[in-house]
Amino acid sequence: MIDEKDKVRSTEEVISTLKIFRDEVVKKYPKKVARKRAKAIVQSDAGAPPEIQANVRTVPGIITQRGCTYAGCKGVVLGPTRDIINITHGPIGCGFYSWLTRRNQTKPEAPEDPNFITYCFSTDMQDSNIVFGGEEKLKQAIREAYELFHPKTIAIFSTCPVGLIGDDVHRVARHMKEELGGGINIFGFSCEGYRGVSQSAGHHIANNGLFKNLIGRDDTVRGSLKYRVNLLGEYNIGGDAFELERVFEKCGINLIATFSGNSTIQKFENAHTADLNMVMCHRSINYVAEMMETAFGIPWIKVQPIGAASTAKMLRKIAQYFGDPELVDRVEKVIEEEMLAVKEAAEQARKRTVGKTVMLFVGGSRAHHYQDLFEELGMTTLAAGYEFGHRDDYEGRRVIPTIQIDADSRNIEEISVSKDETRYNPRKTEEELKALEQQGMEFNEYHGLMTQMEKGALVIDDLSHHEMDKLIEFYHPDVFCAGIKEKFCVQKMGIPLKQLHNYDAGGPYAGFQGAINFYRDIEMIVGASIWKEIKAPWESEEYVEATFAF
Amino acid sequence: MENTCNLCAPLGACIAFKGIEGALPLLHGSQGCATYIRRYLISHFREPIDIASSNFSEASTIFGGNKNFNTGIDNIIKQYHPSVIAIASTCLAETIGEDVHRLIGEYRTSHKRPKDLPLLFFASTPSYKHSHYEGFLLAALAALQALADHRSAPRQRLNLFSNLIAPEDIRHLKEITDDLLLPSMIFPDYSDTLDGVFHENYPRIPQGGTPLEYLRSAPKAFCSIELGYILNSAAPSPGEFLRNLFSVPSLRTGIPIGIRQTDKFFDFLTQIAGKNLPQKYVDQRGRLIDLYIDGHKYLAGKRPLIYGEEDLVVALAAFATEVGMKPILCASGGESGQLEDVLRKQLGDLFPSDMRVAQGVTFDDMKNILNDNDLHPDLLIGNSKGYFLARLWNVPLVRVGFPIHDRIGAQHLLSLAYKGSSILFERIVNALLDDAQRNSSIAHKYM
Repeated sequence: MIDEKDKVRSTEEVISTLKIFRDEVVKKYPKKVARKRAKAIVQSDAGAPPEIQANVRTVPGIITQRGCTYAGCKGVVLGPTRDIINITHGPIGCGFYSWLTRRNQTKPEAPEDPNFITYCFSTDMQDSNIVFGGEEKLKQAIREAYELFHPKTIAIFSTCPVGLIGDDVHRVARHMKEELGGGINIFGFSCEGYRGVSQSAGHHIANNGLFKNLIGRDDTVRGSLKYRVNLLGEYNIGGDAFELERVFEKCGINLIATFSGNSTIQKFENAHTADLNMVMCHRSINYVAEMMETAFGIPWIKVQPIGAASTAKMLRKIAQYFGDPELVDRVEKVIEEEMLAVKEAAEQARKRTVGKTVMLFVGGSRAHHYQDLFEELGMTTLAAGYEFGHRDDYEGRRVIPTIQIDADSRNIEEISVSKDETRYNPRKTEEELKALEQQGMEFNEYHGLMTQMEKGALVIDDLSHHEMDKLIEFYHPDVFCAGIKEKFCVQKMGIPLKQLHNYDAGGPYAGFQGAINFYRDIEMIVGASIWKEIKAPWESEEYVEATFAF
Repeated sequence: MENTCNLCAPLGACIAFKGIEGALPLLHGSQGCATYIRRYLISHFREPIDIASSNFSEASTIFGGNKNFNTGIDNIIKQYHPSVIAIASTCLAETIGEDVHRLIGEYRTSHKRPKDLPLLFFASTPSYKHSHYEGFLLAALAALQALADHRSAPRQRLNLFSNLIAPEDIRHLKEITDDLLLPSMIFPDYSDTLDGVFHENYPRIPQGGTPLEYLRSAPKAFCSIELGYILNSAAPSPGEFLRNLFSVPSLRTGIPIGIRQTDKFFDFLTQIAGKNLPQKYVDQRGRLIDLYIDGHKYLAGKRPLIYGEEDLVVALAAFATEVGMKPILCASGGESGQLEDVLRKQLGDLFPSDMRVAQGVTFDDMKNILNDNDLHPDLLIGNSKGYFLARLWNVPLVRVGFPIHDRIGAQHLLSLAYKGSSILFERIVNALLDDAQRNSSIAHKYM
């Protein structure tokens, strides 16, 4: 939570006007919609987070921020891996719109290493495929891709019509695996756009696929460093993964796999040789963490290396987990070294940022993680919410048993995972885990966004366009964080918008260097004089009249 | 297919819908389509773009989307008060066989006061058929089909169907018809809606767009001009529709880029207006010629790869060849089958004997066509998606068309008529000069 001294009056204002805001904002909706939306607008209370409605179907016609299942599966989770050929089975739009639009970056180790993320592979379905089936076209696309690139792995992603016409992408995958032979790995995802409430369904489907088809296929223990970790839910937007890789390396920590920023097939296949899983984006990847714990005995912790202090906290957690004094010392030294530049940058930025306010409506984690950075800048979060979060992302994992399973969740395959007979190896004994817990470490835990927010601040799930307009009209935050769809509406209202999906042209924002970048970008945004120039001098009432002096 | 050179039909439909006064587009299908298409259009136009969705779930996919459709319309009306709700279908709705005309009819009849409802109309744009270009034209056609009213009084007005061009191009066309004192309907006119100014009070539905009254009375205009030789080969174009149904004479010319195509366009306009070309445009033509003379030495013999929608490719190729360039390949994702014929006809004796024409191709095909023949373009002229090819060959890319998401100001790129051609000509020459300076071992100050 923000430092007492950085606090501004507006939080109290928000709190006092919250009830009015909710009533005012839902008034515009037809009755039934108003009732539904009111449940998704609550007042935060870190001590006792109130129940919020989340992960339910968007009301048609209200213009949501949300995307589709396909976007979550292909666009988010599998998209950033450079050496898988991702073929979109469907009409051209879906593949085209997810073609590098998230600004994921990747860096092949050698120039000759494969990198397919700059490609858009699609079956470009035509009406004859809709009528007569598209499986043959898909097979042909796989053959073509294979002949051209000889990839080790090909993944197939289903779009809406695929499910409707009954094309079986899994059957095609099996068939082609046999036909092409040579140990090629081909698998499909049933991630048709209509399948879930939002992209969140796609994440889950992708997680299942990662576990079934990639994780644990290669037992080779790689790397010489003894502290072996995975980072889950990091997608290397704007180079975030590069910065985190740098920090880990400096600390002597061996990052086995990142899911899935700057990743490769081999890293996924090797991930089960790590000794600790760290979950960054809880929403999109917690399933993999859970499954790997069950199958291989790797514990997981929640981390949020967005913000310099939070990055330091993550490193300390790792050191604490491995319990090696040598690592503890090294981590402390790195933190000390890195924090010098961070502090200097923060001081510079804080001259302009302290006391300013912000709203964040993005992602299933980012609306939470970026509050750390804003706190470091002395800025208060007045309102926040997720596009595709679930209740546990708001209220903490403790509510998971009480979440009602609806038809939409049932729609997603739950794969049953059991102990891997040969490779299950609990990394810590029960006693060791208990001892670590007593020292303050928390395993399999995420407390959610509301625990971080000021008491009374607004929390809104699946913000609609209308609600966004009203938020700005009521509270005039100094910065609004969302994505490109919201950017220009917000800016037309005279409020700067920072994109936190793809960082505009910026980044990295993770780790220590990332924090510095973020401070500078936010300082630039809140300090930009352009917002004062919106009114021409002759429109302003304080227009000063003067005469020429000769 | 790898790296296609076209986008899906509902995206094109949404651009055309934004060119109708007071309209809000609704995509009937999964919410992902509306979200993806919004984010994609916004990254080009850098403007707020609201597109509603009927947010299909698995249940609506099985039992039909009428409930979602009705709720969607209710909510749009309540929040946006649009005068038109322009509906396009996605592949999901089309595959399960949604009858959107029936849904509209049912919605209207179930409404207490159907007269108070906004106009609802529908364009069928399954994404597995054609591309964004046909989607754009189908949506324009659907708007006319829904609105055109033969009972309107005759109008002294020209219908100008302006194709998929930049907002700045649309504004320039308006300036031209104004200067010729030729009352015109430019459709679809998204010059304000997709390139708005800063308002103190941000309007939910942006001002501007082709007035509904103009669309209603379009059958009573004295003439139509359509820009684009190919347009939609599978359905009547807006001009053909008005001609076939209401006997409005319809002329067709290319997108006016370069001297010859612009001359042709102005020839039509001045004849219709019964006036000589205003001096302003005579001067602009003169300056363009002057510019060609200044700059042709940099372009002579240069071999660009030109790609994009078919009609844009024709316009760019006509322009490129008249300034001395010899396109190495003219390529399009469009599949009319007419591209080569139209190019031969429009380029005439300027059609380079070794110029390749390929349609229905992807960026990867373009790469292969050239690489297989050991060819190498000097530059690329087309949208941002050619970036990877430009990088591969290490040549400049001059951005024209849609999408342009790696530069700002796509909405302000004027390329039409004499003035736009001058700007385009300068951009191409300067891109080559910049490239030459950057890669030169000696520091050239004068080029």
